[in-house]
Amino acid sequence: MSEKTLYDKLWDRHVVRCDDSGTCLLYIDRHLVHEVTSPQAFEGLRLAGRQPWRPGANLAVPDHNVPTTDRSEGIADPLSRLRVETLDANCADFGITEFAMNDIRQGIVHIIGPEQGATLPGMTIVCGDSHTSTHGALGSLAFGIGTSEVEHALATQCIIQKKARNMLVSVDGQVGVGITAKDIMLAIIGKIGTAGGTGYVIEYAGDAIRALSMEGRMTVCNMSIEAGARAGMIAIDKKTIDYVKGRPYAPSGALWGKAKTDWQSLHSDSNAHYDRVVHLDADSIQPQVTWGTSPEMVVAVGDCVPDPATELDPVKREGMQAALAYMGLTANTPMTEIYPETVFIGSCTNGRIEDLRAVAEVVKGHKVAANIKRVLVVPGSGLVKQQAEAEGLDKIFKQAGFEWREPGCSMCLAMNDDRLSPQERCASTSNRNFEGRQGQGGRTHLVSPAMAAAVAIIGHFVDVRTLEV
Amino acid sequence: MQAFCRLNGLVAPLDRSNVDTDAIIPKQFLKSIKRTGFGPNLFDEWRYLDHGELGMDCSKRPLNPDFVLNQPRYQGAQILLARDNFGCGSSREHAPWAMFDYGFRVVIAPSFADIFANNCFKNGILPVVLPVEKVARLFAEVAPTVGYKLDVDLEKQQVTTPAGEVFEFAVDVFRKKCLLEGLDDISLTLQHVEEIKAFEARRKIEEPWLFSS
Repeated sequence: MSEKTLYDKLWDRHVVRCDDSGTCLLYIDRHLVHEVTSPQAFEGLRLAGRQPWRPGANLAVPDHNVPTTDRSEGIADPLSRLRVETLDANCADFGITEFAMNDIRQGIVHIIGPEQGATLPGMTIVCGDSHTSTHGALGSLAFGIGTSEVEHALATQCIIQKKARNMLVSVDGQVGVGITAKDIMLAIIGKIGTAGGTGYVIEYAGDAIRALSMEGRMTVCNMSIEAGARAGMIAIDKKTIDYVKGRPYAPSGALWGKAKTDWQSLHSDSNAHYDRVVHLDADSIQPQVTWGTSPEMVVAVGDCVPDPATELDPVKREGMQAALAYMGLTANTPMTEIYPETVFIGSCTNGRIEDLRAVAEVVKGHKVAANIKRVLVVPGSGLVKQQAEAEGLDKIFKQAGFEWREPGCSMCLAMNDDRLSPQERCASTSNRNFEGRQGQGGRTHLVSPAMAAAVAIIGHFVDVRTLEV
Repeated sequence: MQAFCRLNGLVAPLDRSNVDTDAIIPKQFLKSIKRTGFGPNLFDEWRYLDHGELGMDCSKRPLNPDFVLNQPRYQGAQILLARDNFGCGSSREHAPWAMFDYGFRVVIAPSFADIFANNCFKNGILPVVLPVEKVARLFAEVAPTVGYKLDVDLEKQQVTTPAGEVFEFAVDVFRKKCLLEGLDDISLTLQHVEEIKAFEARRKIEEPWLFSS
């Protein structure tokens, strides 16, 4: 057999059967469940009189609809409450483990999987959520699915799929000081476009990727879907093994030794074939800020808002014009002259402890700028919140005038009460700047946590590397 | 699932690329725990001038006259013509549920986001990929022709224009069969129960740590 990519290896390990057309049944090791995409799937099971194939392979958590303010009185919004209570009831009925809203382990599904060791190297992982690609940072094959597939995974422990093509994105060399995983990923999306990875599984490699922490790698893999790829992954190394060791759901004792030995083979062979290879020079990557309504509409903070007049493709030009109109921006405006009113720090992209530390480092001893109306800091899980408080980060945030919230998806997609008003401009550490994503008419600029923190204290976009903190 | 075989349907053009699933069905409507009834909120933020919430009577809401689907000539459209990367973003299956509920059975575009296309096939909607220049041609033909219809034949994998011009399209063999026959994936997979069990038993031996919790 010829040399294989990491994706090839993970795929081969999980194929139960294939038909002549290449349509395969792929076995699923871990299924993560949240309250938005699961109720219709559980209802489907009920109507067909089916049971989950392997209840222990599922782990559920409410995250999209939970309030990030005081939870002692429950959820005020009756529709959000119904969703969360429906998840509670479905998990109880079908024997599925759930970290309920007031469990310290509750959090965003893509934060808690790795945090608990519930997502492990070598696994296939699915969830009815497009940011499931996050878990590929641990050397797993993880992708988002729709609700019909959620039901299929529950009922059969498998997914019907054809194999995707292999893409390698290599970020060569080292990034400069102050450049984060988020900047790397936004730069990748800027280069290949939001459909650049469609039909592919992306493997991220190169020295700059290897140098990232596990949490940074999760940020990169998280946004694979923003490049069109259902899954992104990074080969296993010592960092991966060290990260997983000792986590509640990770193997221990003799099984740990066996698992560790097995996992060390989870990397691409040196001459493996990729259908597409993209290289980026790490040292050319600057702090990134999006200006439009698609993550590919991104520039370096030192640049200006692009001018549609310079775009030759008429469809793209109209898209740029529509984006500028929606965003309330004028072409050729320096990004550093854009003044948000709100800053959102959190999400499955950037709601981990290292993200919060990066924010604290920038804001320590500073106050919110006069033009900034609110800064929300939403930890990705109850345990991230606990850790941040143990380190005193919450005090730094509160002293700066930030709001320190309870864990959840929050303003990343504004299904709870955290949302933008029409025309409200936000510097956000989340993953999508689509129209209306953070609230109808809201204007989102995607940035790294450090860049968001800089906006909070300076009042406009600024190269965080130039601040004296 | 409702089968799809062939359709001669009115075409509505949505001339934007990267139409995301947040635009197709905004998040406030994901709070419904049903699969049906999303049609009135399809493209809600483009379609209405006010802010929509779940449970509102959409027949009383102010329509945005500039939005293409609100034009009288496109009422009853069953085929949506779109640009690149249609359905990108969130995996929400509420997007195809809303499109089906509205009445769309076919979406034609130069490219689709993977998860959205997959979700379409599972809900009786056929996503047709045509080359970008052919899609551009169709956009140019629809605009001046009120009542412009296309014939979409899944069995033959052909789109036929009113002038009789035929565009062939590719479709995955398995998905084609499922859509033509309206097959339920889960029942199909459960025909292979013994293979899944045997696979699982082997993995329990090879990777026992995956079965310890």
